[in-house]
Amino acid sequence: MSLRSPLGTAKGLGSAKEGLHHWWTQRVTAIALIPLTVWFAFKVAVLSQSDYQTVLECIGSPWSAALIVSLIVAAFYHAALGMQVIFEDYIGHKAVRVGAIMATNLLLFLLGAAAIIAVIRIALGG
Amino acid sequence: MSSNNRPLSPHLDVYRLPLSALLSVVHRGTGAALSIGTIALVYWLMALAGGESSFSTAQAFMGSVLGRLMLFGWTFALFFHLSNGIRHLFWDAGYGFEKETVKTSSFIVLAAAGFLTLLVWIVAFTFTAGV
Repeated sequence: MSLRSPLGTAKGLGSAKEGLHHWWTQRVTAIALIPLTVWFAFKVAVLSQSDYQTVLECIGSPWSAALIVSLIVAAFYHAALGMQVIFEDYIGHKAVRVGAIMATNLLLFLLGAAAIIAVIRIALGG
Repeated sequence: MSSNNRPLSPHLDVYRLPLSALLSVVHRGTGAALSIGTIALVYWLMALAGGESSFSTAQAFMGSVLGRLMLFGWTFALFFHLSNGIRHLFWDAGYGFEKETVKTSSFIVLAAAGFLTLLVWIVAFTFTAGV
């Protein structure tokens, strides 16, 4: 049974006026983050007392770097989507709400870009 | 017409939150905290990319009492959000909405989050790669 009205089904829009993409993307990134975060948390735990060279090699090996970049993309995308929902729920003033979402998106993009650049530099031994 | 029997929405000040509602609040809180906590991840990766001296500075901070306390909170927030997030995925698929099931899964989420947090710290203090 569908809870959508025939008009709603035809237009494909929910109350957010932009369809399913936000909700769906949050789930896809969530599923990707399940193995990636568990793997990364235990990897960093094992490296927590290691010397600089060992950490460099373990983080910068090709598969490891690829997985960390994937983790970064999924995590920052997931964070941006989640923070957007929080702001939409609690900030009533539209201009403040849009501004907060935009500022958070830009900041998370910058942080994600910085993290990816760091991993690439570690992987390429720069 | 009397309106005394109309149902009232729960007044949050006098309403004892069930565990599942409390965990819902904590899920959102840990999500926001982890978003801010990404700064620690970026800092650590940048320090590692920056060379041996910046890395040892970062490691010294992460290994200090304050650093470890922050990381402990970080790992618990991560594993709680992960465990409860998996429960959300089951709900999204339409499973686990019965009252008793929700109660049981709440305890499973808390136990899993606690277990994974302790496990990752035991691993951190027990195993060391490359030495």
